[in-house]
Amino acid sequence: MSKNYFEIIRAGVNTTFQDKGRNNLYHIGIPFSGAMDNRNYLLANKLVGNKLDLPVIEFAYQGPLLKFYGDKINIVITGDVVFKIKQNDKEIDGNCYETYELKDKDEINILSTNKSVYGYLAISGKFDLKLQWGSCSINTKANIGSNDGKKLANEQIINISGINENINKKKINYQNSKIENIRVMKGTNFDYFSDEGKKDFLEKEFTVSKLSDRMGMRLEGPEIENIVNTNIKSEGLLKGVIQVPADGNPIIMLSDHGTIGGYPKIAVVASVDYDRLVQISPGSKIKFKEIELSDAETLFKLYEMETQNLLSQI
Amino acid sequence: MIKNILNLGDAALYCDFGSDVNKKINSEVIKYFNTIKEQNITGINNLTPSYNKLIISYDLKVTNYKEIKDKIEKLNVAEALKTNNKKIEIPVCCDPSFSLDMERLENKLNLTKEKILENFFNKEFFCYMTGFIAGMPFLGDLDENMRVQRLETPRVKVPKGSVGITEQFADIYTFESPGGWNIIGNTPLEVFDSSKEIDPNLINPGDTIKFKQISLEEYKNYNE
Repeated sequence: MSKNYFEIIRAGVNTTFQDKGRNNLYHIGIPFSGAMDNRNYLLANKLVGNKLDLPVIEFAYQGPLLKFYGDKINIVITGDVVFKIKQNDKEIDGNCYETYELKDKDEINILSTNKSVYGYLAISGKFDLKLQWGSCSINTKANIGSNDGKKLANEQIINISGINENINKKKINYQNSKIENIRVMKGTNFDYFSDEGKKDFLEKEFTVSKLSDRMGMRLEGPEIENIVNTNIKSEGLLKGVIQVPADGNPIIMLSDHGTIGGYPKIAVVASVDYDRLVQISPGSKIKFKEIELSDAETLFKLYEMETQNLLSQI
Repeated sequence: MIKNILNLGDAALYCDFGSDVNKKINSEVIKYFNTIKEQNITGINNLTPSYNKLIISYDLKVTNYKEIKDKIEKLNVAEALKTNNKKIEIPVCCDPSFSLDMERLENKLNLTKEKILENFFNKEFFCYMTGFIAGMPFLGDLDENMRVQRLETPRVKVPKGSVGITEQFADIYTFESPGGWNIIGNTPLEVFDSSKEIDPNLINPGDTIKFKQISLEEYKNYNE
């Protein structure tokens, strides 16, 4: 069998390996990590005939330019992504959610995630990766995961350890929906904020800051007034928790967040909106809408059914 | 005992054990943490114990708030008293090249360097929690006369192995990281070993820690 691999001609802005993430390590300071947009991660694996929990390549904004060496392999891109496939000096525009067969020396050039943030590349096979605590997921801030916990770099080689036998072309029609209203539940320190502050938080617009990354989404907008204490005794954090530090600007914890924090928690994002939240690009405006726990549970069930329904169509 | 259970979003329980920070309350948190961990309750995917809170996160695809809350309320913690908490000695070198904030500490505490080190090394510490960065232990309690605030401007990079103090706590920087604690020395001991698949962290909540002063010579030879 010939050796199959990708050469990274251009790595892109923040290209990492991700999978379902790590469980049961919060208590020693290791966050969940994993693919930011879980639905697009699952769809990518399903389209190339993989088990749903295999590692994929996640990229943000500008993705990688990869050259394939080997026999043949199917690839798919999910998300809202602009990319080109180069085969025998002919370049074609690629469509997301449609598989392409790459042969020796074909290239895939991921130009941008359009007006979203994250996109996914899956191959009909396995990347040759060393897992850490059961997951490949790279957390670049803590240097945890495959590739020594670092993002992919130019000129690097990505080895492929196995290719699926039957590779049929697959395609689904799917359009990512966008949201501006993020549904939240009151946080455990909601009453640390003045009536004015609570009102501002739930009624005014916030702008997603450029300083957002896989750890957190920073927001700029009205300063949320705290009337109790701008610090709490350090306690656990979760993805989706919205903390408000002393400067009054909310920060939403995302997949690579620190596991413990000492700022008051004003609210928590409903799980149903997490995949779409992380896709909101810097400069965009968002608003929060309060919902009850029971509504959040029902909405998540419906979202999950929709995901399963999409997967079953493939 | 848990005083109150709330939901933290739709995928976690927020168990409140009180507002004070002391060994008694924290030991309760750790008791619950150990019991729940041992029981392997379906759907629970993370536990975060801290000074006086325990956050239990679960997979909303498998379970929900009510189910997990019921299970936690029915939990028999009294039975789960067998703990495997350890006593650990941590070597620390306080050579001037490591004790980055000694002068600041002398000024703020109004104590001599010798007195500060004597207080620090005579103290037996208790691990309240680990986290923030992987494996970082939060240890307490320092006596009243040893308590200082964080640096006004945090360091962009605190060297790996640094041992710092703030308020009633001491901690160890398991990785190079930004941070604002007052650095008293440095340990050559690998407090967090990322190459270990099981138990990468040396210090766990509930453990007892004693620091032991070593010379620069001993520090240099420590890992050889």
